[in-house]
Amino acid sequence: MGFVRKYIFSTDHKVIGIQYIVTAIIMAFAGGGLAGLIRLQLSNPDGAIVSPETYLSLVTMHGTIMVFFVVSLGLVSGLGNFLIPLHVGARDMAYPLLNMLSYWTVVPACILMLLSFLAEGGAAAAGWTMYPPLSAVADSVPGSGMGTTLWLLSMALFIVSFTMGSLNFVATILNMRAPGLSMMRLPIVLWTYFISSILGLLSFPALTAAAIMLLFDRHLGTSFFLPAGMVFADHVLPNQGGTPLLFQHLFWFLGHPEVYVLVLPAIGVAFDVVATFTRRPPLGYRTTVYSLLLIAFLSMIVWAHHMFVTGMDPRVGKYFSVATVLITAPFGVLGVNLLLSLWKARMRFTVPMMFALGLISAIGAGGLGGLYLGTQTSDVYFHETYFVVGHFHLMIGTVTLLGTFAALYYWFPKMFGRHMSTALGKIHFWVTYPGMVAIFIMMHYQGLGGMLRRSYDPSVYDYNTPNLVLRLPITVIAFVVLAAQLVFVWNFFKSSIWGEKAPANPWDSASIEWQAASPPPHGNWGEAIPAVHRWPYDYRLPGASEEYLPQTTERA
Amino acid sequence: MTTTSTTEAMPTGTSRWDGGDATPFDMSWQKLMMWIFIVGDGLLFAAFLAGYGFLRLAADTWPDQAKVFDMSLITIMTFVLISSSVSMACAVQAAKIEDKKAVVRFLLLTVLGGAIFLGMQAFEWAGFIADGGRLDGNPWGVPDFSALFFMMTGFHGTHVLIGVVILLITTLRAKAGKTTAGGVELAGLYWHFVDLVWVFIFGCFYLI
Repeated sequence: MGFVRKYIFSTDHKVIGIQYIVTAIIMAFAGGGLAGLIRLQLSNPDGAIVSPETYLSLVTMHGTIMVFFVVSLGLVSGLGNFLIPLHVGARDMAYPLLNMLSYWTVVPACILMLLSFLAEGGAAAAGWTMYPPLSAVADSVPGSGMGTTLWLLSMALFIVSFTMGSLNFVATILNMRAPGLSMMRLPIVLWTYFISSILGLLSFPALTAAAIMLLFDRHLGTSFFLPAGMVFADHVLPNQGGTPLLFQHLFWFLGHPEVYVLVLPAIGVAFDVVATFTRRPPLGYRTTVYSLLLIAFLSMIVWAHHMFVTGMDPRVGKYFSVATVLITAPFGVLGVNLLLSLWKARMRFTVPMMFALGLISAIGAGGLGGLYLGTQTSDVYFHETYFVVGHFHLMIGTVTLLGTFAALYYWFPKMFGRHMSTALGKIHFWVTYPGMVAIFIMMHYQGLGGMLRRSYDPSVYDYNTPNLVLRLPITVIAFVVLAAQLVFVWNFFKSSIWGEKAPANPWDSASIEWQAASPPPHGNWGEAIPAVHRWPYDYRLPGASEEYLPQTTERA
Repeated sequence: MTTTSTTEAMPTGTSRWDGGDATPFDMSWQKLMMWIFIVGDGLLFAAFLAGYGFLRLAADTWPDQAKVFDMSLITIMTFVLISSSVSMACAVQAAKIEDKKAVVRFLLLTVLGGAIFLGMQAFEWAGFIADGGRLDGNPWGVPDFSALFFMMTGFHGTHVLIGVVILLITTLRAKAGKTTAGGVELAGLYWHFVDLVWVFIFGCFYLI
């Protein structure tokens, strides 16, 4: 195999997984840089860093890039690709060629997304939710011209890529498992990838339909999302009969499950990391799996809790409130299982374990805020304030990123056969975890004070004066946290070449992927596919001869 | 806390879900992927249909479809497309018993059905456009009526066109002896799905 086939147009799931992760790191520079600019603008006491129009572009692109091109690419597609075939004891994905295509479809999507900054009028500016009419009328704001067209094309490619990737994930987990590896012997992390892939496959078509209709409205003169009598730039639009609410329904039919597509794998990572470093099985394997399935189902029927302030009938809103709060029950089971897995455990405080513990605390903090937003009455006040910003950054920002870091530190020895630096990892953790939690908790307080989430200059409103106390601390901590990510990036790339050599199973983990060589060769398993005889959590088994029994061990 | 091995609790080797050569739904990964893809693609049409229902409920009036469309033409189109599903099923059966001649014959019949459907749809579109139906408006009142017509039948028509191309390729491969029964079955699954979607569009957009 030549260099090109081995490292660029590779069909090896491990290479594709690492390609996804590196792409996500590159996109994270864009997303993180935008966050820095947003904070600079918000804490600038007088005058402007950027124009109001550009500010809208910054928040739009920061949200889009972070959700779809950092967390989704890195945690779901990247780690999913790397882990799934190893965890099911397969040589590769079910359809390796489709897997390669899915990566090479997302590359142009990334390029188009970044190119939209160069478009006339700037990048898309209607928010990551792309609500019409702002996004549907080209001359509504400067970014709604070419910038939004590029945004839509990029997202179309992203959806195609994600669909191809998820098809492979689901088919591989169902059909390619090694002999003896029943579904109930899968590690919890694989269950979360399985469920989140299915969720993505079921919910993305709604966004596809919405994006297609939006393109029709923008370029072909239809009125799907545009009601009669709209005035833009001194002229009345000819459209009539549409409703922007339709877009919101279609968008959130994807948008809400998408949150779980991102969060569930992070939680799954925590379960597996905790099991390895407490040296015992996570509490309640079965209840965890059933809770995950229940969460996935409920997440598909609660989408309109993002739309309480659209003037919906309060009785409809009540249903969406109750259904949303119902998710607390299975989610609480996950939280309790994670917490009690730590009960009286002799923990090994490795870097991945620290990130997993941070993740568990962030789920608690983020989940509590969700109760206020899922309840119709309180959401009417909190909607469109920094309370929402703080809440979703704790869940799909902090939880997912801490999960990604835990996973990368944990599986790095399998990816490259080397360790990441523990010292640098600890610095990374002790800045990132307290920093992120502090930032987003402070944002909750700003939201309680009524600070609006998309305001360009909060200081123009008198009522915001008490909220402004927090803006400088948030900005300072944000830049410290951003700087700490450079430590991680340096650690990642440096260790992949010069890191300390790691044995095949450096953490003494029982799960099957550690039985492969590090890094595993193309085809993963040498001569024969391993036979699986037990679940991945047989630590300190009474009467066993070893401290832990790998899944491939036949007898204790 | 005591830990117990689950090895005894979960015996293996008895269920299709236990990994190895057995597969959960007793189907190849190709077929499994096609099924999952069909569910996702079906949800795309479901989203279009839901959008159509939403907009129609929001509209004060809706044109009487029987006055706008030639219902007998639509009925014949529907009949042709559903008949092509029957010949497709015959092709799949023929492929299973490895009757190459019959496979090619039934596949060509299916392609013919698809092509006739597409021709009739083009005829319908031409008439609709000649009567004044446009993406941004129409003489019958609600602008979104014609926009939805073009979008939904257009997307379905594109699916039929893709299906016809897939079936043509499958025919050529079958003739050259390169395709397997599984390959014909996959093409068949997609074709049945496209026909089923039409039944929903026919029912929801033309009849109700």
